[in-house]
Amino acid sequence: MAQFEETGPRTPVVEPTRVDKVHPRAKIGKSVRVTITLIVTFIMIIPVLVMIMTAFKSRADIVTPPPKVFFNPTLEGFLYLFTDRSIQSPANLEIERAKSEELGYWDKLALSVGQKINGPSDYVGRLKNSVIIAGTSTILSVVLGLFTAYAFSRFKIVGKDDLLFFILSTRMLPGVVVTIPLFLLYKQLGWNDTYIGMIILYTVFNLSFSVWLLMGFLDEIPVEYEEAALVDGYTRMQAFFKIVLPQAVTGIAATTVFCLIFAWNEYAFALMLTSEKARTAPPSIATMLGSGGLEWSAIAAGSLGFLIPVAIVTFVLRDYLLRGVTFGAVRK
Amino acid sequence: MTASTSQLKRTAVKPRQRHLSSRGLVYLFIWPTLLLLIAMNVFPLFYSLYLGFTDYSAIARQAPEWVGFQNFANILNDKNLWQYFATTGRYALMTVTLQTLVGFGLAMLVHEKFKGSGILTTLILIPMMISPVVVGLFWKLMYNPTFGFFNALLGFTDPSKSPDWLASRFAGQPMPGLALWAVVIADVWMWAPFVMLLVLSGLKAIPDYLYEAAAVDRASSWFQFWRITLPQVAPLLLIAVLFRTIEAFKSFDLVMGMTGGGPGVQTELISVDLYRIAFLGQFRTGPASALAYIILIIIIAISNLYIKYLNKSKGEG
Repeated sequence: MAQFEETGPRTPVVEPTRVDKVHPRAKIGKSVRVTITLIVTFIMIIPVLVMIMTAFKSRADIVTPPPKVFFNPTLEGFLYLFTDRSIQSPANLEIERAKSEELGYWDKLALSVGQKINGPSDYVGRLKNSVIIAGTSTILSVVLGLFTAYAFSRFKIVGKDDLLFFILSTRMLPGVVVTIPLFLLYKQLGWNDTYIGMIILYTVFNLSFSVWLLMGFLDEIPVEYEEAALVDGYTRMQAFFKIVLPQAVTGIAATTVFCLIFAWNEYAFALMLTSEKARTAPPSIATMLGSGGLEWSAIAAGSLGFLIPVAIVTFVLRDYLLRGVTFGAVRK
Repeated sequence: MTASTSQLKRTAVKPRQRHLSSRGLVYLFIWPTLLLLIAMNVFPLFYSLYLGFTDYSAIARQAPEWVGFQNFANILNDKNLWQYFATTGRYALMTVTLQTLVGFGLAMLVHEKFKGSGILTTLILIPMMISPVVVGLFWKLMYNPTFGFFNALLGFTDPSKSPDWLASRFAGQPMPGLALWAVVIADVWMWAPFVMLLVLSGLKAIPDYLYEAAAVDRASSWFQFWRITLPQVAPLLLIAVLFRTIEAFKSFDLVMGMTGGGPGVQTELISVDLYRIAFLGQFRTGPASALAYIILIIIIAISNLYIKYLNKSKGEG
């Protein structure tokens, strides 16, 4: 017996030992599969790579066929995106060049394409709108959703299933269908193209989602903890804030990030209900015009503002993505 | 599954747990949400139902004028609208089928772990999270006939002899349907990862012993796939398909970002046309509301299937 133990494996066996996994043919099959996966992933990611490359290309590099993979990186796209410029006459350019020593990086960059920066572009304001609207509405929908989800998760409510169905069904409505009456309602209230209108709209848009997702997370917290707290003399509110909230932090964080991304990405409502004052970034990025058509370097640079947060979120929330995209219906 | 154990636990403690609380608190917790949803979703729905029976324009100074079923009759008699419905249906069929196949394939590829499979899965999932309108722009750039990467990667070097996807032209000749395919490809790129995610969760739940038993019985991999993998994953696959079908009928952002319905009306999906009737220049609010209701009924029909299915699977789990 002792002898057997000595020759046995010292570390746990982590390799699969099933006959259909260790057979040479299975091993070859695996390396083939890994190779195919690598190639497929690369193909899937090409559009993203192209957009990132385009953001750092100069206007000339973008429009010359054939498409270039190697190029001199420049920040022209960001210049076009964030600044309002005017084309200068050659004489003016000379004057500007003379004092180019004192100019900052962006002014020099603008000068190199024969332009002068007048100030920030409209897009800067729209990004600001996006931040305000998405941020505020996310906080509102998570807070409201948290209370509602808690009530649904812990209390006996008459017609609970019907109410939950109703809440979910509001999310299934096509945006375009709800927008027409909302447009008229907002017109009456004077809310078209205002922060308050958009914030309330996005709050409601995310509310059903946050209720369903948070309810899933709250259901997983054993009710015994609160019962113990209540027996010990906590009020319901104290139990909620001191016992439930700390345990639900992960779920709340995941829900918040999902709501934030949805609000940040939203396009249809913003396109139809805003025009100038409260217009967000998604509808304005599609219409980034330069001289002679779409300004691709600016569009690509702007797209990074949608791509980078999403890439980070996908990575951080990868274990919760499934819940997120199915309203918490599918968990594992 | 944790869900089922917590459910079990809860049934056990039900009588105590359910009556610990004050009624008032429940109402305080629930009503703000319900009121908001009623004000912003239910009211607009009834209002637009009313508007669907009227002749009204949001920018005219006239009050809505009751016309009965006139708007609905006009829509059902409008050949163009039938064509847009057909385009939408074709689009939904094409994109959902392809997404399911591609998504399933991706899931099979990354299901069994290997070094770096986690990071590859995450990379594949990124498109799903990007704003659809931005995805539309990505692909508009990809499809550009002169400096886009798509044609270059397919091996077309001469712009005059290659497809111009978004204009539905091939080597200068019109080739109808190409633009719709372009939109479908972009949509599949974006949403196949969604199907993959659901299928992966289904694959993970298949007990290993089924395959072991099959391997002992020397069942072929083909047989294992049809008799074990597919039936076990089917419920989640169905959820994915229904979810995507609903979304395909609502599809708006991606098409607007890529083609705006063009060339001509080749990619004019029904929701894009609705936007055109309701807002862009026309502001024919009455007819638009009627059309919106018809779309709504189609989507409710599909959603019902979905939710019925969801309840059934919840009852089992």
